[in-house]
Amino acid sequence: MTVQDFEKLFQDRIDAEIKIEAKDWMPDAYRKTNLRQISQHAHSEVVGMLPEGNWISRAPSLKRKAILLAKVQDEGGHGLYLYSAAETLGMSRDEMIADLLSGKAKYSSIFNYPSLTWADMGAIGWLVDGAAILNQVMLCRTSYGPYARAMVRICKEESFHQRQGFEILLVLSRGTDEQKAMCQDAINRWWWPSLMMFGPKDSESTNSDQSMKWKIKRKSNDELRQNFVDMIAEQIKVLGMKLPDENLKWNEERRHYDFGEINWDEFWAVVKGNGPCNKQRLEARQKAHDEGAWVREAATAYANKKLAGKTKAA
Amino acid sequence: MFNTCIRKFYYGDIPEDNAGGTQSNKPAAKNEWPLWEIFIRSKQGLDHKHVGSLHAADAAMAIENARDVYTRRQEGISIWVVESKYITASNPEEAGELYEPAVDKIYRHPTFYQLPDEVNHM
Repeated sequence: MTVQDFEKLFQDRIDAEIKIEAKDWMPDAYRKTNLRQISQHAHSEVVGMLPEGNWISRAPSLKRKAILLAKVQDEGGHGLYLYSAAETLGMSRDEMIADLLSGKAKYSSIFNYPSLTWADMGAIGWLVDGAAILNQVMLCRTSYGPYARAMVRICKEESFHQRQGFEILLVLSRGTDEQKAMCQDAINRWWWPSLMMFGPKDSESTNSDQSMKWKIKRKSNDELRQNFVDMIAEQIKVLGMKLPDENLKWNEERRHYDFGEINWDEFWAVVKGNGPCNKQRLEARQKAHDEGAWVREAATAYANKKLAGKTKAA
Repeated sequence: MFNTCIRKFYYGDIPEDNAGGTQSNKPAAKNEWPLWEIFIRSKQGLDHKHVGSLHAADAAMAIENARDVYTRRQEGISIWVVESKYITASNPEEAGELYEPAVDKIYRHPTFYQLPDEVNHM
């Protein structure tokens, strides 16, 4: 068979909703697209621990601290599920980590914004995780089996993340004037960056078509963004807060909320590495990696020593 | 134009400008911990089921890591770990030869046999 025949068979399987597994034949571009998407998704989970890690030691109560610790631990776990899925496509973990640390690999820009107050922990859970969930629910049905399975596992855990975030804000929204102001301020700062998480407009994103055809993605950036706005515009009523968008308005004809234009200059600036915390995040990752080096080496040495002992005894 | 060199976005707002994840055939760096496949028994009486994989220096660490990664919400009561290199898998390209012989043996299924209605418990 020729490569064209293989590609035709491959597309037929995709069209028939048959998952692709690690050992199956796949076009190089499919492998590459998945490898990049999954590894970048993994990096996002790992870097995503940093804005929240900032508040673990400052959580307002032991309960909140325990919850935040559990959430951050989950994010680490999510990174691991995704790295494992990416490894099935033929790249080693060390190479992926090296790409992250060198700045070659990217991660979601949202994590380049600072977490300034405790209310940010609420806004991140509700808005940032909320936006991520929409993407991830879609990806539970992605065509690459290991990625889809990792997503199912992740989605089960994400809903706790979003609910605890909303609850933080709910408590603040019913608190003192100062707490209410803190709640509104966090929403103001995280709203637009959350909308940016869905990426450029469909008209600007050239890669979507092929990803849709291969069923890696099943919804466009704009579709997901609209779903998100519709969801949050309703939920915020419960908080009695306001989204910082003068143009946000229910459109009876479209049966969707209309919303204002994203500041795309800011979007591109952060993507290009000029966000408030790009440098800080990578430095923190690099520091953690360097400081963990002796642990990795010691564990390897110990395992080798034990193995040597066993072989000698046998 | 500001965005000329970044056009592709694989996942939301993550751009691809000669980004990471370039496929490579380099062998894993030799100081990388080996990969382990993890199997979890979710409750007494059920089979262990494959749940994923992780890196660990040795089997004991693989079990500890699996506990932290895969049973944070009481998903398991027993863990098996096996180093991935010891798993031999069938080749998907041979699926035809391997499984086709079972296709035409419908007489292996109980529903193949038409029995009178009076026959119960069979």
